Amino acid sequence: MDAQSIIARRVARELRAGNLVNLGIGIPTLVANFVPSELKVFFQSENGLIGTGPMPEQGMAHPHLTDAGGRPISALPGACVFDSAMSFGLIRGGHVDITVLGGLQVDAEGHLANWMIPGKMVPGMGGAMDLVTGAKRVIVAMQHAAKGKSKIVQKCALPLTSSRPVDLVVTDMAVIGFSGGTITLLETAPGVTVAEVMAVTEAELFIPANVPEMRI
Amino acid sequence: MKAVSVEEAVARIPNGATVMVGGFMGVGTPERLLDELVRQRKSELSIISNDAAVPGKGVGKLFDAALVSTLTASHIGLNPNVQKQMMANKVAVNLVPQGTLVERIRAGGCGLGGILTPTGVGTLVEEGKRQIDIDGKNFLLETALRSDFALIHAFLADYLGNLAYALTARNFNPVMAMAADTVIVTAENIVPVCVIAPDHVVTPAPLVDYLITG
Repeated sequence: MDAQSIIARRVARELRAGNLVNLGIGIPTLVANFVPSELKVFFQSENGLIGTGPMPEQGMAHPHLTDAGGRPISALPGACVFDSAMSFGLIRGGHVDITVLGGLQVDAEGHLANWMIPGKMVPGMGGAMDLVTGAKRVIVAMQHAAKGKSKIVQKCALPLTSSRPVDLVVTDMAVIGFSGGTITLLETAPGVTVAEVMAVTEAELFIPANVPEMRI
Repeated sequence: MKAVSVEEAVARIPNGATVMVGGFMGVGTPERLLDELVRQRKSELSIISNDAAVPGKGVGKLFDAALVSTLTASHIGLNPNVQKQMMANKVAVNLVPQGTLVERIRAGGCGLGGILTPTGVGTLVEEGKRQIDIDGKNFLLETALRSDFALIHAFLADYLGNLAYALTARNFNPVMAMAADTVIVTAENIVPVCVIAPDHVVTPAPLVDYLITG
């Protein structure tokens, strides 16, 4: 299984019936593909929709129905629309149960950096700062390392997205949590050993006596 | 509300105006008004918009024609022209978290001086801003935003100027329609009064100054 599918499948297992969920662009978007159809979850698109459905069939796209990246989507029965003030009222006001976001770096304190690389890439924060600040639970879905460099660092060198720490990080190698303020290895990906995770993790992980394998 | 042609409406916008443009990645953007801004070569514009869209679409067209001197937006990552113009110091870009941006505009339209938000505390966004402690929690004071003009795109407009929107093309439009001195609207369909049920009117007619009918 490829890295992205491992991450998306594992994150999908965090969703509960009735949750209002916001998926970011990139790997997080894939999570929707792995939610069992009997599990009723509300997906929000921050451009103003609850009830986001899959990409429409060819010829069925509507120019007024897109995701936050401007790509055509569908709306499920029971969907509703609203303006951007309402959309971010939902986000900042703590009404979103889970947000899943991509990341550039997460550090030992759970701080996320995901909106700019000074001097190189300044896309802007979009809705990410509000999502991390306001959602009840923040899950980061990203590759463990990029170009051989750990993305789980002792302290973020890149500008932070929020001072609020994230709750869970799911990578292609591990699941990492921060309960009690300690960065902790919770699970390893299938076929990956604890030693292998430690070798590619810059942050100093707490390793419990028992680290189960991810179920995906 | 006055019914006008697109040429007439855009002729009222001077060079250097501050202009809010509705839309989200070019969805729900009044494209005809942007095309006319380009045709009349209105320059040195200060644009307030959620994003910079992509080249050739939405507010992206204004950057293709190099008509913008300042952009206030939450995201510019999908428009390489804006990135280039920013790096070359041709466009000043103020990046604002999306929820803060829309709420500052909402405040501007509702007679508030600003808002208090937890978003941005402890990040680069807090620089130069006042922080206020409310019951032990820190908030940033973000000031209200208003503009000279708001360019709005609706799905339905009636003869009075009542507006309704379609699906995700609503986004910033109804919020911006509150926050500008002059509001100019394009609509996909212009319909008789009462076709939009009172319960379904999102933007009330008295907010609309000009409706493009030709």
